Amino acid sequence: MSCHDTGLGSLAELDPVDVGPTGQRVKGKIRTVVLIGPPNCGKSTLFNRLTGLRQKVANYPGVTVEQHSGRMNGIGRRDLTLIDLPGVYSLNSTSEDARVAVDVLHGRMPGTPAPDAVLLVLDALHLQRQLMLASPILALGLPTLVLLNMADVMAARGGKVDSLALAQELRCPVALISAAHGTNIDTIPAFLQRAEEPAVAPEHAPVVTLPVLQNPVSCRKWSALVSEAASYKQPSSPIWTIRLDKILLHRVWGPLVFLMVVVGVFQVVFGIGQPLNDGLGEILTTAGAHVANLLPDNWLRLLLRDGLWNGVQAVLVFLPQILLLFLFIGILEDSGYLARAALIADRLMRSIGLNGKAFIPLLSAYACAVPAIMATRTIENRRDRLATILVAPFMTCSARLPIYTLIIAAFIPNKNVIGSLIGLRACVMLGLYVLGFLAALGTARLLKSSVLKASSAPFILELPQYRWPTFHSLGLRLYDRGMLFLKKAGTIILGVTFILWVLSIVPISFSGNTGAHFSDLADSVIGRLGHFIEPIIHPLGFNWKIGIGLLSSIVAREVIVGTLGTLYGADPLTHSEGLQAALRHDMTLGGAIALVVFFAFAMQCTSTLAVVRRETNSWKWPLVQFCYMSGLAYLAALVTNQLFLHIF
Amino acid sequence: MSKEAVITERNPSPATIALSELADQAWGVIASLEMVAEVQNQLMHMGFMPGAPVQALRRAPAGDPTVYAIDGSEVALRRETAGLIFVVPGAPKAGPAPATGERSA
Repeated sequence: MSCHDTGLGSLAELDPVDVGPTGQRVKGKIRTVVLIGPPNCGKSTLFNRLTGLRQKVANYPGVTVEQHSGRMNGIGRRDLTLIDLPGVYSLNSTSEDARVAVDVLHGRMPGTPAPDAVLLVLDALHLQRQLMLASPILALGLPTLVLLNMADVMAARGGKVDSLALAQELRCPVALISAAHGTNIDTIPAFLQRAEEPAVAPEHAPVVTLPVLQNPVSCRKWSALVSEAASYKQPSSPIWTIRLDKILLHRVWGPLVFLMVVVGVFQVVFGIGQPLNDGLGEILTTAGAHVANLLPDNWLRLLLRDGLWNGVQAVLVFLPQILLLFLFIGILEDSGYLARAALIADRLMRSIGLNGKAFIPLLSAYACAVPAIMATRTIENRRDRLATILVAPFMTCSARLPIYTLIIAAFIPNKNVIGSLIGLRACVMLGLYVLGFLAALGTARLLKSSVLKASSAPFILELPQYRWPTFHSLGLRLYDRGMLFLKKAGTIILGVTFILWVLSIVPISFSGNTGAHFSDLADSVIGRLGHFIEPIIHPLGFNWKIGIGLLSSIVAREVIVGTLGTLYGADPLTHSEGLQAALRHDMTLGGAIALVVFFAFAMQCTSTLAVVRRETNSWKWPLVQFCYMSGLAYLAALVTNQLFLHIF
Repeated sequence: MSKEAVITERNPSPATIALSELADQAWGVIASLEMVAEVQNQLMHMGFMPGAPVQALRRAPAGDPTVYAIDGSEVALRRETAGLIFVVPGAPKAGPAPATGERSA
C-alpha cells in the first residue's frame, strides 16, 4: 500500500534524517527497536503485524512483566529485533511496568540489548492526552518515529491533524497509520532505513522544546500546545458506541444481555469444549493403543505408551477447551464488550474482594482452572490478578466430577428430599459445588486481608469504543495462547506425568531370561508411599488404597477413579457396580464423604500448578497454593470424618 | 441504595463536591485530586486533570461504578475512587466538546 493513496499524512513528506532532539546520534547499524505506547493504543496489534507469528515471550528478570519480542518479519526486516514494551502512561511512575520500560529504554535491563530506535504508538483519537508520553520518550534522544494509530477512525469521525506540523513540533517523523488494517505501515521500514544512513546532521540541529518538569500537569500543558500547533481537531464521539451502551449498560437490558453472554461462555467451555476434550482424549488413547500394538510387548512399549504417550495426551486434551475459551474471550475483548461485562459484574465481584474483570475467568474455572488462569491476563491490576489465580482452582472443575459421581453413586441412597422435589444425590452434588465456591470466597477474603492487603490500587476501567474483531487479531491470539500453553505448561505436565509413572513401576526386578519386570501398583514406590501415609490419612477415614489414589491423582483429579479400579481389581468403566460395592465394603460413609470434601479443596492437578507457575513466573505461588489447598483439604476431610464418627 | 459517606475532611474547598456526588448527566470541572501520587498520576494521564470538564455519564446497572466522560473518552470509577476527586459543579464556561452524541453538533 502506498503512502499517498490513503489520504493520510505520510513520512515521505518530511526529512527524517535529523531525528532525535539532540541531533547528535551516532548513525550506524540498527539492531534493536522498541515499541512503546500508552495502554489501549493498539500497540499489540501493530506488534503482531510487524513481527508476524514468530514471537518470543519471556519474563524480565525478577518481575512478572512479560517481554514480547520478535524479528520484524512483517516488514521484511528479519535482521531487526522488535521489543514490545508494556503499555504505560508515563515513565516516572513506580509501577513495575514503568520501571521495566525505563530500564529497557536506557539499555539497563540485563539480558536485553539497548534500543537503537523507538516506535512510539499513540491513539489518534485522543492525541492531546496520549502526547503526554511523547515528552519523556523524546527526551531520551533516540531516533523516534511517532505513529498515530487509528487514523482511519479519526478521519471517519471528522478528526484532523496536520502530521507535518506535528513532526516539526516534535522534531521527529510522524506517520498516520491504522494497525488494524495495515495502512501506512510501510513508513516504518522507510524510517528504519533512514535512521541507518550516515548522518548529514547540521551543526546546530533544531532542538525540540520539552517541558522542564516531567510531571502530568506540565506534560499536559506541553501536549496541548503541540496539538494546537498541529491543528489537531478531536474526532466527534462514537455514535454507535453511545447507542449500544444505552442498551448494553441499561438498568434492565444490560444485566440481561450480560447473563446471556455468561451462559454463552459457560456453554462453550463446558458444553462444547468438554466433549471436544473428551473426544480428542479418546482419539489419542485409541491411536496410542494402536501404535503400541505394533511394538513388541516389552518395557519399551510400556515406557512409550504409559509413560510418554499418556503425558502427551494429558497436555493435548486441554487444547480444544483452551482455544475455544480464548476465541470467546478474544471476541469479547476485541469488540469492547469485555470492559462492559466487567463494569456490570464489578459490584458483585467487589463483595468478595475481587474486581469485575475476574468474573469471566472464575466462571471458566467451573469447566477447567487451566484456561481460567490463562484468562486472568485481562486483569491489569497484578494483585487482583494473583488473587483470582489463587482462588480459581476452588471452583468445581469438570475433573472433579468422576470421583464425585463414583462416591455419590456408591454411598448416597437414590431418594428424594424436601417433599420429593429434589434428589438427595443432586443435593450432595450441589453441596459440593457450593463448598468449592465458599472456599474460593473465603480464600479471596483471606488474601485481601493478609498477603495481598496492599491492593488498594483502585479499579479504573476505560471503556473502549465498540469495534468489529478482526480474524487476523483473533487468529494470532489463539496461536499465541495455544503455543504458550504447549511450550511452557506442556513440558512441566509431561515431566511430572512421566516421573509419577516411573514411581508407579519401580522397583524393577530383573530375572534371568524374561528380562525386566515392572512392579505392580501396590508394590511400587507409590504403592509403598500409600502404605506409608496410611497413619496420616487414617483419621480422615482413608485406607492405604485411597492413599495410593490420592498420590497418583496429583497428576490429575480424575486419575483416582482409574487407580481405585486397578487396586480393587475392577475396571471402573465396565464394572462400576463392582467398584462401588468394593468401596462400600471398604469405607465408612464418613470416610467417603471426607474423600469428596478432600477433592473439593485439594490441588490435585499438575496442569494447574504448571500454568500458575507460568503465569506468575515463579514456583513460589504454585507451591503456596499447593500447600494451602492440600492443608485445607486435609483439615476439612478430618473434620468431616470425625463429625460422622461422633455424631452419626 | 444508600450513598456511602463522602470523605469530606479531604475536601479542599467548600465550592467543590466529590465527583461521586455529581448527579447523573451533570457536568463539573475538576478542581483537585486528593489521593496517593501513583493513582493520581495515572488518573491525570487518563484525563482527570485539574481544570478538565467531566460529566457523570451513566451508572452501572448495580449503581456502582459510574462511567465518566472525560477528555473525549469514557472511564468507569468506583465510588471510593471518585470520592477522592473534587469538582466544581456546573457546565464548563469555555464549552468543550461534550461527550454525549446528542449534544455534539
